[in-house]
Amino acid sequence: MAGQTLYDKLWQDHLVKSREDGTALIYIDRHLIHEVTSPQAFEGLRLAGRKPWRTDSVVATPDHNVPSDSAERAGGIDGIRDEVSRIQVKTLNENCNDFGIVEFGINEPGQGIVHVIGPETGATLPGMTVVCGDSHTSTHGALGALAHGIGTSEVEHVMATQCLIQKKMKNMLVRVDGELGPGVTAKDVVLAIIGRIGTAGGTGYAIEFGGSAIRSMSMEGRMTICNMAIEAGARAGMVAVDQVTLDYVKGKPYAPKGEQWEQAVENWSRLHSDDDAVFDTVVELAAGEIEPQVSWGTSPEMVASVNARVPDPAAEADQTRRTGIERALEYMGLRAGQAIGDIKLDRVFIGSCTNSRIEDLRAAAAVAKGRTKAGSVKQVLVVPGSQSVKAQAEKEGLHEIFTAAGFEWREPSCSMCLAMNADKLGAGEHCASTSNRNFEGRQGYGGRTHLVSPAMAAAAAVAGHFVDVREFVAAGETA
Amino acid sequence: MKAFTQHQGLVAPMDRANVDTDLIIPKQFLKSIKRTGFGPNLFDELRYLDEGMPGQDCSNRPLNPEFPLNHERYQGASVLLARENFGCGSSREHAPWALDDHGFRAIIAPSFADIFFNNCFKNGLLPIVLAEEVVEQLFQEMYAQEGYTLTIDLEQQHVVKPGGERIPFEVDSFRKHCLLNGLDDIGLTLEDADDIRAYEEKRRAQAPWLFDAVK
Repeated sequence: MAGQTLYDKLWQDHLVKSREDGTALIYIDRHLIHEVTSPQAFEGLRLAGRKPWRTDSVVATPDHNVPSDSAERAGGIDGIRDEVSRIQVKTLNENCNDFGIVEFGINEPGQGIVHVIGPETGATLPGMTVVCGDSHTSTHGALGALAHGIGTSEVEHVMATQCLIQKKMKNMLVRVDGELGPGVTAKDVVLAIIGRIGTAGGTGYAIEFGGSAIRSMSMEGRMTICNMAIEAGARAGMVAVDQVTLDYVKGKPYAPKGEQWEQAVENWSRLHSDDDAVFDTVVELAAGEIEPQVSWGTSPEMVASVNARVPDPAAEADQTRRTGIERALEYMGLRAGQAIGDIKLDRVFIGSCTNSRIEDLRAAAAVAKGRTKAGSVKQVLVVPGSQSVKAQAEKEGLHEIFTAAGFEWREPSCSMCLAMNADKLGAGEHCASTSNRNFEGRQGYGGRTHLVSPAMAAAAAVAGHFVDVREFVAAGETA
Repeated sequence: MKAFTQHQGLVAPMDRANVDTDLIIPKQFLKSIKRTGFGPNLFDELRYLDEGMPGQDCSNRPLNPEFPLNHERYQGASVLLARENFGCGSSREHAPWALDDHGFRAIIAPSFADIFFNNCFKNGLLPIVLAEEVVEQLFQEMYAQEGYTLTIDLEQQHVVKPGGERIPFEVDSFRKHCLLNGLDDIGLTLEDADDIRAYEEKRRAQAPWLFDAVK
């Protein structure tokens, strides 16, 4: 019999029951919830007179609607100016109190973007099944977990039964071998992957990211990669457990301790694909060929190297794709053949569940240090992913580098990734953003998003247009 | 959940690939804590010429005359004809809620994003995957004939064209069963509560750190 993939093992470990109709009941170890996709699920439980199956499996935090502005944030829930947002955050708080669920409240030390606080508190661990009513739950797969987003009906289902009804996905291996060049980061790698396989390339698959380039990445980098698995169409992305994983998890508040730690490490040592495991699809990329990426269109697959040009729809043979490119260029206000470096930025956003961890902020600060934002850039937001990231960054003095550069240092929230709080783009504004989606209107009505790495975003903030961070850093050093 | 057995309805186009859930229902409407009332804001940024706000009366907003769902001929449509990778992006169930609230019962496309596809079934909305060339043919027929309707028979698993031609489609047997009978799958899963408890005890013995850590 052929060996098993990491996904096969995680699936088998959580299989409660296979049914005759081909579906399976899969047990869920960790259920993360936030204010946007949970209220209707709690309402459903109440209407049916049901209780959560296991409250100790649930961790909640408000992130999408909470203000990033320090003054507004200081007022807690009652201080949220937008009434509809306030009600939603308050509803989460009330539901958690009513049902006995642990919540990291709006200004509590554990609060942050749900996909940042899970790993950093040890609430998400290797070998777990992790779900959340949020498609970027794939992030937690970086720990060697089976993690994916679910809809609100499934949030209710998991709360009521601790299980999901699933069909097994197919296995895809994305292998990135070799060494990344200087200035090329996990974000560039995942954008290059999506550019290669497309936004539907991973539909129906669980993607395992492997190869020497992934192995040599930090946990933060692996989280960035897994975070955007959904942008390639895959509900789940994952990376095998190795020493980097164990070093990261050890000592986290909710991680096992003492004898249980030893037991867990032994249990987790098998969380990798066997040498003879069979994947349905294998995609290979050479790390050395990946350049800093910038998205030019309205889908994450519409991405190019910073030194490339905006594509010409006339060169696209497929009609649906050609129309898609034409529409994207019109929405984005770009010309075919325009150099990516000629795109001027109105705002810059550094944050989101993709790129708001300490390593991301360090990368942005390294570029921003001793420089200032271009006068033509109206605003540069730096939004740490959690209270803990914020505290660490302040301890390292990163906030001072940012404010000296004219960047704004904000409070932990999803912020301008999806503009559910007050942070948004104006119509027609171009934004260099470290977030995950460049869909029409995503960052604000009529806003134009360009997805980039934190270092690229910081460089764009300083230059006022896209620049190759590799040359930029080198030039700065010799200057 | 409301049952879906057979449905005959007017077909309307969403003629672009990779329609994401932000496009189906923009984020500002996700602030609602209800499941209903999203219909007027379905495809909000395409449908209206101004920026929509939650709680706003949409009846006086300027409509985008170029958007097909605003055209007279597609009023009352309940079958949406779409292109590949429909529903990509976020997991927001507000997307199927908005489609349902607007009156759609079925969506036909060459492919759907996984989470959206799954969310549809939880809300009595039937996503149907047909081959790309079949979908292309349906688009052409729909554009050519005003009042173009399709009949969808879930029991028999086929789409019936106005001329009587039948196009078979696949559907997962469990989802079909739930949809035909309007079943609440939480109730069904709870019938297996003993199996879940047995699994849980085994799991607790093997991996005790997964239990009671967060309190």
